[in-house]
Amino acid sequence: MKTINVRYFALFRERAGRDSETVETTAEDALALFRQLTDRHGTDDPRGHCKVAINDVMADWDSPVADGDDVLLFPPVAGG
Amino acid sequence: MSGSEIMAISATPIDTAALRASLADVRAGAIVTFEGWVRNLNEGRDVQALEYEVYAPLAVTEGERIIAEVQQDIPFTAARAVHRSGRLALGDCAVWVGVVSPHRDEAFRACRRIIDEIKVRLPIWKKENYSDGDSGWINCERCAAHAHG
Repeated sequence: MKTINVRYFALFRERAGRDSETVETTAEDALALFRQLTDRHGTDDPRGHCKVAINDVMADWDSPVADGDDVLLFPPVAGG
Repeated sequence: MSGSEIMAISATPIDTAALRASLADVRAGAIVTFEGWVRNLNEGRDVQALEYEVYAPLAVTEGERIIAEVQQDIPFTAARAVHRSGRLALGDCAVWVGVVSPHRDEAFRACRRIIDEIKVRLPIWKKENYSDGDSGWINCERCAAHAHG
């Protein structure tokens, strides 16, 4: 088991009802972690429209997650 | 926002004149600027105001990366970009991009590329408030559809 700090933004934050939470997980990568939290954000396939960052660096959905990581889940962006 | 950052997030109105002046350079024969404004209609709904949520640490580094990437492809003299955060009213400037280069072609092309990338890559979210009292996060329809499906 690893301990991951998950942070939510915009729609995900509203839907989760919190800014962040600590999650115990066996997830190997960001996608598996996202899927574990499907009830929080309402979708199980973020690829193509949602983004993820790990420890303040933009990452891919197949990027590995490690114990102690800060994983940031971004719903579809809409700048400009 | 202040100083001479390449990419900045501003919680206060964007001073477009100061930004433009900060790019003055005798090597440059052209400046192209883009301003994105808050408009009153989106997808058929009357917008009254909107709010930008920005994750600033990554918005800044990703914006700097975009400008560096575009400069590799389209050499220009200098560029800066600023995006607003917080609550904006109709007509407010939401995003500003300026590029200077010796000739106009590079400035036009680089400015277009930078704003296009900013819109799809920066961790920025827009919530619109409508005249009927409703509100919604833009571009999140797919997630919402999943949630209710």
